[in-house]
Amino acid sequence: MKDMKFEYLIEGGDFVRAGHASSEVKKVLNQLNLDPVIVRRIAVAMYEGEVNVVAHAYRGIIRVKINPERISITIQDEGPGIADIDKAMQEGYSTASDRVREMGFGAGMGLANMKKNSDQLLISSEINKGTVVEMTTYMKSKQ
Amino acid sequence: MKIAEIVDLVEGKVICGHDLLQKEVQNAFSSDLLSDVLTINKPGIMLITGVANLQTVRTAEMAEITCVLLVRNKKTNNEMLSLARENGLMIVECAGSMFGVSGKLYQAGLKPLY
Repeated sequence: MKDMKFEYLIEGGDFVRAGHASSEVKKVLNQLNLDPVIVRRIAVAMYEGEVNVVAHAYRGIIRVKINPERISITIQDEGPGIADIDKAMQEGYSTASDRVREMGFGAGMGLANMKKNSDQLLISSEINKGTVVEMTTYMKSKQ
Repeated sequence: MKIAEIVDLVEGKVICGHDLLQKEVQNAFSSDLLSDVLTINKPGIMLITGVANLQTVRTAEMAEITCVLLVRNKKTNNEMLSLARENGLMIVECAGSMFGVSGKLYQAGLKPLY
């Protein structure tokens, strides 16, 4: 089977569209008849990542690759970057603006939720340039 | 318990998802923090929240929450309604406070997730 690939452009600050990419991917995964537990994990992880771009970055691209062995999601953004990744991974730590918090986000659970819902999570970032997040979910429960 | 019973108990108004009234729900989660809601890994629950915006519906879609119960008289906007209908989600509005509604439903048998 050839890899299925999808690409989505995400605009920073666009809380109306936030989640549309994750929603589409969730629908595709459901159409592929994957284990619903895995679909939900991927949907939540991707949605948290998508909202992070909207909440913190200027813009981003999400690339999704699906094959029988794994689903890879790469989220690359242009933005302020993450100053301290270890701190950002801590539950409850958030650098969200007031506007973001008013929407119900900014609880500081995003990266922790992404880690919990993927089999592998890699984050790299450069201040004043942007952040790259790579999440992988293995289809055969390889931990 | 059936969603219809829950709606009665909280004197709720069903905004969309009427076809789900006879569905059984075992658990509920009360929160105004959407990222806390996304830590839930059990589908088919009821979300009790005062956050009435589009992202609440998206969160419900991602976490496979069956019904969003808006408390404190918060109102559903058109975008929320569209998205909920598109994804077969239910929205109910009620006037009660989060504590009041949660307490009432807990007493009636709706269980917490933890």
